[in-house]
Amino acid sequence: MKFYRMHVLVAEDTRSIMAGAKRVEEALKEEIRIAGLEDEIRVVPTGSLGFSDKDQVAIAIYPDNIIYCPVLVSTVPEIVKEHFLKGRIVKALAHPMEQKEVTMEERTSENQMNLDIQKRILLQNVGKIDPENIQEYIAADGYVALEKALFDMSPEKVIEEVKTSELRGRGGAGFPTGLKWQFTRPNPGPVKYVICNADEGEPGTFKDREIMEGDPHKMIEGMILATYAVGGTHGYIYIRGEYALSIQRLQKAIDDCYEYGLLGKNILGTEFCFELCIHSGAGAYICGEETALINSIEGKRGEPRKKPPYPPSQGLWQKPTLVNNVETFANIPAIISNGGEWYQSIGVEGSRGTKLFSLMGDINWKGTIEIPFGTPVGDIIDNVGHGVRYDRQLKGVILGGSSGSLLVPEELTTPVDFHALAHIEAGPGSGSIVVMDETRCIVDICLNIAEFFRHESCGKCTPCREGTAQICHLLEMIASGNGLPEDIDHLEKISQTMMDASFCPLGQTAPSVLRQALKKYRQEFLDHVHGNNCPAEVCNMNFTEED
Amino acid sequence: MENKTVNIKINGNDYSIDSCATILEACRQAGISIPTLCYMENICDEGSCGICVVEVAKSHTLQRACITQVYDGMEIQTNTSRVRQARKTILELILANHPQDCLNCAASEICELRKISYDLGIDETPFEPTKELDLPLDTSSPSIVRDLNKCILCRRCVKECELVQSVNVIEIAGRGINSKVSCFMDKGLGETYCTNCGQCIKVCPVGALTEKNDVDRVWDYLSDPKKHVVIQTAPAVRVALGEEFGMPIGSLVTGKMAAGIRRLGFDGVFDTNFAADLTILEEGTEFIGRLTKVLSGEHAHLPLITSCSPGWIKFIEHFFPKCLPNVSSCKSPQQMFGTVTKTYYAKQKNLDPRDVICVSVMPCTAKKYECLRPEMDDAFDHWKDQLMLKDEDHFQDVDVAITTRELGRMMKEVGIDFEHLPEESFDSPLGESTGAAVIFGATGGVMEAALRTVYEVVTGKPLPKVELEVVRGMKGIRTADIPMVSVDGKEITAKVAIASGLGNARVLLEEVSNGNSPYHFIEIMACPGGCLNGGGQPINNDPSVCEKRAAAIYSQDEALTIRKSHENPEIKKIYEDYFEKPNSHLAHELLHTSYVERDLYELEKEEN
Repeated sequence: MKFYRMHVLVAEDTRSIMAGAKRVEEALKEEIRIAGLEDEIRVVPTGSLGFSDKDQVAIAIYPDNIIYCPVLVSTVPEIVKEHFLKGRIVKALAHPMEQKEVTMEERTSENQMNLDIQKRILLQNVGKIDPENIQEYIAADGYVALEKALFDMSPEKVIEEVKTSELRGRGGAGFPTGLKWQFTRPNPGPVKYVICNADEGEPGTFKDREIMEGDPHKMIEGMILATYAVGGTHGYIYIRGEYALSIQRLQKAIDDCYEYGLLGKNILGTEFCFELCIHSGAGAYICGEETALINSIEGKRGEPRKKPPYPPSQGLWQKPTLVNNVETFANIPAIISNGGEWYQSIGVEGSRGTKLFSLMGDINWKGTIEIPFGTPVGDIIDNVGHGVRYDRQLKGVILGGSSGSLLVPEELTTPVDFHALAHIEAGPGSGSIVVMDETRCIVDICLNIAEFFRHESCGKCTPCREGTAQICHLLEMIASGNGLPEDIDHLEKISQTMMDASFCPLGQTAPSVLRQALKKYRQEFLDHVHGNNCPAEVCNMNFTEED
Repeated sequence: MENKTVNIKINGNDYSIDSCATILEACRQAGISIPTLCYMENICDEGSCGICVVEVAKSHTLQRACITQVYDGMEIQTNTSRVRQARKTILELILANHPQDCLNCAASEICELRKISYDLGIDETPFEPTKELDLPLDTSSPSIVRDLNKCILCRRCVKECELVQSVNVIEIAGRGINSKVSCFMDKGLGETYCTNCGQCIKVCPVGALTEKNDVDRVWDYLSDPKKHVVIQTAPAVRVALGEEFGMPIGSLVTGKMAAGIRRLGFDGVFDTNFAADLTILEEGTEFIGRLTKVLSGEHAHLPLITSCSPGWIKFIEHFFPKCLPNVSSCKSPQQMFGTVTKTYYAKQKNLDPRDVICVSVMPCTAKKYECLRPEMDDAFDHWKDQLMLKDEDHFQDVDVAITTRELGRMMKEVGIDFEHLPEESFDSPLGESTGAAVIFGATGGVMEAALRTVYEVVTGKPLPKVELEVVRGMKGIRTADIPMVSVDGKEITAKVAIASGLGNARVLLEEVSNGNSPYHFIEIMACPGGCLNGGGQPINNDPSVCEKRAAAIYSQDEALTIRKSHENPEIKKIYEDYFEKPNSHLAHELLHTSYVERDLYELEKEEN
């Protein structure tokens, strides 16, 4: 076995690759070879290191615990010569590992907060291992949970453990996972499906991508454990077609699993069999809804089905089917390894464990984070996001994606957990925090969301099909300066009807942000309609002499 | 399965309801009506429109009554302000994108959207359109016109075509506000394997689907002094036309129908039933011929399948073309009538066939397609040499087929007070018919009519009872054994089957196609219930429609003195004077036809 004195991990998630990470990787290998160090230093691709929001390439150096960012092909020779060969860290490009979320500018700032409120369980391997190498996953205690389950636990015991953990679904609905598994198990085979919902369509959410690109085996191990627990036989990973890198890495992981006897017939030599494959989506947000997803796999129009019957009793091809989110499955190995009680000890009552959030918007640091439930929203923004950028005023926060809720600054002391957020008519949703500063126009934001839903409504039911188009039309009028006072009443009426009478949660939640905006930021709408004025000067209705 | 009941509350009152019931059914049992729009029992439960929503305690969204099953302890409120507001807003949303065309719309009398808007007190919609509403009309089909701008996407037509007719030629394409009912490759309906059955028209709640309007062509013929215009009326028309004038479902209006038509100005008011009798003679002879061959060890194509339903004919041409040899070569009564009009009748009346116009009134939209079929011009071929006809002289046997609905509109147009018309009879020589002919309008009727003649020819004796009840009824597929002892002492059991609705036809044809059909004779009607429920009949989704119209048809049969086709004196005469005998050479030339093997997806259309 070869030992290297240094590992250079190159972040190769989607955005880093777009920023040139693979060229940097090639340049590093070349310079290392030229320096004669290829037997001492290993260059390895890994998941996101947390710098991808800057569209810059980052590399992590072990055991020195240093991250270099930004790294250009042209700066590689200096790094190799100075640091790898001579041992002198290139300070201008370096960041200390523990403070890797800090930007270049903040690094020397006095006000820099050191508190790292993240608890990286799901993301523990992301940025540390090569996601395309199953051996690295195994070396990082991968598939230990599976081994424990298959040899030391009955399927019922696995379900008990998940129930004890009080894990709730991470896709947005928050249904107790153990309970869902318990419903699925007794329904008889001979065919039973386990589906991973990797459609990740909610705008503002990219946390599943982080796992699939950075640590695909964690999710797969979770799926295999779930299949064992519910008595499943066949599985699909329904993944949005746009996630090309995730599909590639998942397929590699699946292929390796088959080779290692972790998928297919007689897993690890037991009676347990599980066939898993990937099914690519084709660009429809509605297919993130579990029954529309199932229809999509069956080759039908991606439209939701009436429930009941629920998928655990009649799902894919009318067979019992378990559908869970990527993040939900990714939680399972740790729960099985460490026990449900351990998981329960993290988070707060009613919201156990950690949650991934995609932090984005007008904020200093953007990316995927993992925080225990119970952390106040404001703390996340300040400590991890390092506050609103350019020192601007915080205007509001959209929590949970386009179908989520709109929080005013006063509400940001609310802890992120299901119960506390429910009190302010909000929820963690899929896990997205979008920060808006004073330069944003609420009307414009609502219009952007409305355009999304008009485009994504499947069209099956009248309230959503017609409602999304009407909302878009009315907001266009308001944003253009041609809004009428009754437009606001109409928006409220249509929103109420969509929430009451849409066939599925897409239509029921599409007006959610708008409704809260009309309540909490009403004056801004009134300014547009009555004053023909956009206070944030975003909507093009203010013409001055200079224009 | 045990019949469990559950205890529920509706609007504060307690009820005990069958546990399988939906909220809609439970409310019906409780005498509470809930407005619906897209829902159609046994056909459409997509839950698309949302009009039927109700409030259910402990559900934070409103629930659709049509698809939500009751549970023990359920508490339902059907008329809260939240519910009423939702229903109104949904209608206002639909109306915003619906053409405000009610004054001109052919469906305005039956329009369910107009009715429910009125019932819910909606004056006008406060919303502006979000679609252009400028999709071109689909007039590619000779039978059915589609106006997608009026479509409210209730999906009833899709479900009817899929679940009942098993044709599946229409489906929703596109997403969200851009979704629309579409055919393969967005072709026009006339360019697809649509069978023209028109059942989609019957279920459409608005005017998005209507029959092709041929009324003006009929008026043009009637006002042309050079033309001798005759009309033939199908059996099913006389038990439904009255409904267009508000008379009860299944009113038998034969005499008034003849009177009304006469007042429209036709030169000959005739009865398709005459040709139905002719069809029985031809087809019965054909059947006996094939059966005799098979019984004596020779090969013949059995089962013989009836051919009077043009929707059914197009269905088998597309879906089971290899089974076409099983189809009777007889034309339908409509077509036989047309040919006879322009040959036998024209000769009798000393008329130039080019000046004879044959109009038909049918319960059927597919008849519009049938009369245009290129091979349906036998009269022209017959006269071609004798009259030295040129291509520009070309005429079809039947010039135009209109539906019962169109006839009703014509009479209304000239102010005919239908209900108070006197009873008149048809003209001669093509107006005499039998009970056997009139029962063609009901599913099983052709079979019964045929057997009344076939039985007598084979056994030498009439049926023990002229009413052959074993082939009657509304079940989609019915079978029967008809035991006969032939004149020379052989025992023959004719195994017969009857199907109505193309989904049921498909079941029987799968057997024929696989070579394991146990039957000798099969009757198929494209429309569920038979012609009395055809695509051209008055639109009425009352579940008792089929039974009532069938009852009227059978009562007309009972009231007639002559009930067997071979006893019709005018039929005897036409054979004596003209055709000589059934299946004669001339009969084959004028009264029989051939069929076309068709693809499902003809990407390059060939003109034949």
